[in-house]
Amino acid sequence: MVETILEYQELQKNFGGVVAVNKLNMTVDIGSITSIIGPNGAGKTTIFNLTTGFLSPTAGNIKFFGNSINQLKPHNIASLGIARTFQNVQVFDNMSVLENIMVGRHLRSKSGILSSTIIPPFLRKEEKHIKREAEKWLEFIGMADDSQISAGSLPLGKQRMLEIARALAMEPKLILFDEPASGLNARETLAIGELIGKIKESGVTVVLVEHDMELIMDISDIVAVINFGTRIAMGTPAEIQINEDVITAYLGD
Amino acid sequence: MVIRDYIFLGIFLLVMACVPLLLKNDYYISIFVFASFNCLACIGLSLLLGYAGQISLGHAAFIGIGAYTSGYLTTQFAWSPWITMFIGVVISIIIAIAVGVPSLKLRGHYLAMATLGFGAILYIVAVAAVDITGGPAGLNNIPPLNLFGLILDSDKKFFFFSWSVVVIGLLFALNLINSRVGRGLRALHGSEDAANSIGINTSSYKIQIFIFSAVFSSIAGSLYAHYVTYIDPGPFGIMHSVLLMTMVAVGGMHKIWGAVIGSLLLSLLPEFLSFSTGYFKTFGIEYKPDYDTLVYGIILLSIMLFLPEGLYGGFSSAFRAVKNIVKRNGKKAKSSS
Ligand SMILES: Nc1ncnc2c1ncn2[C@@H]1O[C@H](COP(=O)(O)OP(=O)(O)O)[C@@H](O)[C@H]1O
Ligand SMILES: [Mg+2]
Repeated sequence: MVETILEYQELQKNFGGVVAVNKLNMTVDIGSITSIIGPNGAGKTTIFNLTTGFLSPTAGNIKFFGNSINQLKPHNIASLGIARTFQNVQVFDNMSVLENIMVGRHLRSKSGILSSTIIPPFLRKEEKHIKREAEKWLEFIGMADDSQISAGSLPLGKQRMLEIARALAMEPKLILFDEPASGLNARETLAIGELIGKIKESGVTVVLVEHDMELIMDISDIVAVINFGTRIAMGTPAEIQINEDVITAYLGD
Repeated sequence: MVIRDYIFLGIFLLVMACVPLLLKNDYYISIFVFASFNCLACIGLSLLLGYAGQISLGHAAFIGIGAYTSGYLTTQFAWSPWITMFIGVVISIIIAIAVGVPSLKLRGHYLAMATLGFGAILYIVAVAAVDITGGPAGLNNIPPLNLFGLILDSDKKFFFFSWSVVVIGLLFALNLINSRVGRGLRALHGSEDAANSIGINTSSYKIQIFIFSAVFSSIAGSLYAHYVTYIDPGPFGIMHSVLLMTMVAVGGMHKIWGAVIGSLLLSLLPEFLSFSTGYFKTFGIEYKPDYDTLVYGIILLSIMLFLPEGLYGGFSSAFRAVKNIVKRNGKKAKSSS
């Protein structure tokens, strides 16, 4: 049996009267690409926000490697090895491309406020190490030429790539992508798909929220379909494509 | 980026070293000494405002804590000013933790409220606790600093000392910005959510930077006490806290150099204005010192409207524009020849 990396148990999130996530039960296998699809407002982003500690559940449980992470803050969850990207891309546009990835090494480096104050940057070994690692990830996404450009001036496609590289620089065990292809053209979408495949190959588990069905069906191992915060179907891409409930949810009755 | 900072630091050192040579009058040198205290406080404050994105309306109170700790302990117990300066720093750290931790744990601008209250309370204490602070009359006969046997009792001597302290503070702040912690702070400023998502404990960073900036202010306060040798609650009120924030904003809050420019400019401005009173008269305007506040307000407003990145930001975009024009003309000249 394959090990479970992430598990939702009766997960519930209410915003006042709105039930965004409703008694969700789901598991994610380690090493897989598991996709979550569903109409707008189905609760996909809310599931990610709950998983990464930006929201806390109204009820239910989120388990990472069998341990409950419900009560943890976002930075604690990151330190366990869960990375994410955002639906509305969030690069640090006040920094260069390389610096964006260097911040991604935060959890893999240590110097604190006192040593940073007293020792100048050019005398710090850790600083050189951070830079080397960041350059490696920049290479990984094929953006080595953009290293010194301000992140804010990149086109959307590259900003999304950069956001992914920043998350990868953490060397996470699990990474959550929230609509990484939205707003991208066909060529850029293809590149994102390839990158996600490469990430899986490197041993990182991927949970993907996406509207581009071609991409989903192409790269997913398992697809979960969410409507009104509940799981209405789960299976391989082939199974999902012929599922009656899914077709109804997407096309309306 | 880093190299440019060191070049600026070298230029800054040269310029400041020339100031006492150009100014023959001790009075003007003393204005620069006062500016150094503001500058030191503003360097810390710019980390807080420009990098951690938090507003403090109580930093003059930290200056006051430094000043009164030094003033009280040196006059009452004749302790060494260096030790009392250190004790002032420790007290400031404790108070910064007490004020900062509860208000910075939450997201939002609670710190501004908390520091406003804390500044007001401390001011009242300084006026009312007559036995310790001397009340409105203050403390007198605070001894001058003794630097390895050199008594810093003249304006010129103190000028060199206090600006050296500013340069050290500046060096520390620049080191910090160009480090893992500094990147974390800039990330927090860029997107707090994204910073959290890669493991940065943003509230802890905000608290640390608040403490850091309080230490800068406390040292500025101790230096102030040993320079003027008498203190009263006057300069440590809310108005001065607001003025410090204004200095940082006018200079440009996202760059440490902005704090240096803003604090120097606004510290020297009142002197310049009173100096110009004569000129105003020739235009039939009776200029009164009360108008200073108005001038500050106009400056702050125009900066916010026209130069949101402050004077430093304005200078650097002007510099970039000129560089581009020169480059373009250079290319044209080449292609036409
Ligand atoms: N912070 C919030 N406050 C109130 N309602 C929210 C919040 N976040 C999401 N919602 C609501 O929860 C539901 C699910 O939203 P979301 O998770 O963003 O959907 P999806 O990502 O699947 O499009 C929507 O009805 C949305 O309006
Ligand atoms: Mg969404």
